[in-house]
Amino acid sequence: MTKRIEARFEQCRAEGRAALVTYVMAGDPDPETSLAILKSLPKAGADIVEFGLPFTDPMADGPAIQAAGLRALKVGQDTVKTLDLVRRFRAEDQDTPVILMGYFNPIFVYGVDRFLADARQAGVDGLIVVDLPPEEDDELCLPALQAGLAFIRLATPTTDDKRLPAVLANTAGFVYYVSITGITGAATPDFGKVASAVERIKHHTPLPVVVGFGVKSGAHAAAVAQGADGVVVGSALIDALKGTLDEQGRATSRSVDAVTTLVKELSEGVRSVAKRTAA
Amino acid sequence: MSAQAQPNSFRTGPDERGHFGQFGGRFVAETLMPNILELEKAYNEAKNDPAFHADMEYFSKHYIGRPSPLYFAERMTEHLREVSTASGLSGGAKIYFKREELNHTGAHKVNNVLGQILLARRMGKKRIIAETGAGQHGVATATLCARFGLECIVYMGAVDVERQKPNVFRMNMLGAKVVPVQSGTRTLKDAMNEALRDWVTNVADTFYCIGTVAGPHPYPAMVRDFQCVIGEETRKQMMEAEGRLPDSLVACIGGGSNAIGLFHPFLDDTGVEIYGVEAAGHGLDKLHAASLTGGRPGVLHGNRTYLLMNHDGQIDDAHSISAGLDYPGIGPEHAWLHEMGRVTYISATDEEALEAFQLCARLEGILPALEPSHALAKVVELAPQKPKDHLMVVNISGRGDKDLFQIAEHLGNKIA
Repeated sequence: MTKRIEARFEQCRAEGRAALVTYVMAGDPDPETSLAILKSLPKAGADIVEFGLPFTDPMADGPAIQAAGLRALKVGQDTVKTLDLVRRFRAEDQDTPVILMGYFNPIFVYGVDRFLADARQAGVDGLIVVDLPPEEDDELCLPALQAGLAFIRLATPTTDDKRLPAVLANTAGFVYYVSITGITGAATPDFGKVASAVERIKHHTPLPVVVGFGVKSGAHAAAVAQGADGVVVGSALIDALKGTLDEQGRATSRSVDAVTTLVKELSEGVRSVAKRTAA
Repeated sequence: MSAQAQPNSFRTGPDERGHFGQFGGRFVAETLMPNILELEKAYNEAKNDPAFHADMEYFSKHYIGRPSPLYFAERMTEHLREVSTASGLSGGAKIYFKREELNHTGAHKVNNVLGQILLARRMGKKRIIAETGAGQHGVATATLCARFGLECIVYMGAVDVERQKPNVFRMNMLGAKVVPVQSGTRTLKDAMNEALRDWVTNVADTFYCIGTVAGPHPYPAMVRDFQCVIGEETRKQMMEAEGRLPDSLVACIGGGSNAIGLFHPFLDDTGVEIYGVEAAGHGLDKLHAASLTGGRPGVLHGNRTYLLMNHDGQIDDAHSISAGLDYPGIGPEHAWLHEMGRVTYISATDEEALEAFQLCARLEGILPALEPSHALAKVVELAPQKPKDHLMVVNISGRGDKDLFQIAEHLGNKIA
């Protein structure tokens, strides 16, 4: 297993704060801009970066991420090109963990073994694949662990205590708690309920628990950072990017800055909450 | 393809994880997994409960109007015998229509919806969601929801809302809310994405009534079981009419529920030839919806199956004149039967389906839907090549009223 994820969470714990995890779509609105954004994220305060693998039929995503994927596909983004962007990011940044997030079909069609080898070689640290529950662990989760990549599992409000052990069994890196029953970028969660859910999950695992879905602002990030080991923000960043695109959906001079400005706000939100350093 | 070892029976699948060979499975977001497991458990209980079967039988008979007739299509038979003679073969199969278009709501879809709605009631779910392409599944769902006083939301691609207006109006009259889906290609696959997004958001009180033999396990097996009444009746009716089993079966395939319903009870009767007809759209070298003929294995909407997609696994646009066949995938059991070589999958173009529609209307006084018109198009090809004592059954899975405006437009007569 690569060591970057563990090292980064240790560093955050040492600083007494939660980690900021950011999600942007590879190839949105074009490969070079998405790479420029990816490179700017750690400098703006992101601790871990998630890079979306575009898919035509993202069944768990809301309108913002759906549209981002279609923008990327329109300019010809594919898995080969996404791995190439990760390679170029990794050439300049050896420490920030990179997580690829998407759906199984493009990976299945690429070929699981070939994909895992190429991803590892490009500098990917972990995978989040929305449509692979523990019932399908043979497909990618177990081969990924074998290949040295963390397979990060989603736990949700419907994952009860009976089911949690199965969900956590083969997960690595961290656990991603989906704060709502719903799609990305939709409702804002009840932060009180999120905190108790995180606590419940922590009873079952020593892994860091990060929380995503519905986090839109620095204030939200601060609220989530109270109880969680990390905060994930995606749709809000994509909305910020989308607001700068021209009528044809192309990047403008404001595109990268719009994303980094919001990441700085989120980072301040996360850093405003002092946590006890790990025992 | 018949390279794989043949099983002792073709009717035992899926396994406990929902696999038909390499196909099927449960490829869904974690949020939905507990629901899918709950559904599987509830369905297994219902399957073994005589009271559930008694309800199914009662409503099948008195509400849907089952059994549907197995009708000897005499003039179609005569016509294709003339075609056979003209080509020097002097054969021509005896053709029977399984009249699923006579069901309440006008298609086979209602068989499955009845089963799922009775199941939803058992499970205490009060909110029903469905996806629909041609609108037949949406109409059937709206109908049963009206009958049982349940809330009904139907997701329908905006393109399909436009080309199937009569069915949208029907659903509205039945008290359902029809949501036009503007995402992606705005057809059936996007309606299914949107229904899944709804389900993920409203897991606690919502039952997702899937209209075909696709989706995560247990849907492909459950929907098949509810549709098997088609083949079971056909078996009995053919024994009564001819004293023996049919020699061949023909049905159209989008997701494949009317086809599997007819085929499944005959899969182990190896003397019965079985033909599934996919939609070849403008032609297999152009835009079409023939997933087995033109696709490869992939993962979409909860299952592994044959899909139309590009080099990167991005799902391609499907095309068929028939909204009900306009889907870039196919049920996983069909993918398996294709690989096992038990069912022969062929395809018919938009033009061939339109011609068969007109032929059937004039010869038999039956307006078939555009979906089974694809099956009829292949009957027109296959029957003349068979001997006169060959018994061929074609599933007329739906009636054509919903398609009249669109057909008129294609034939160059706008209806006012």
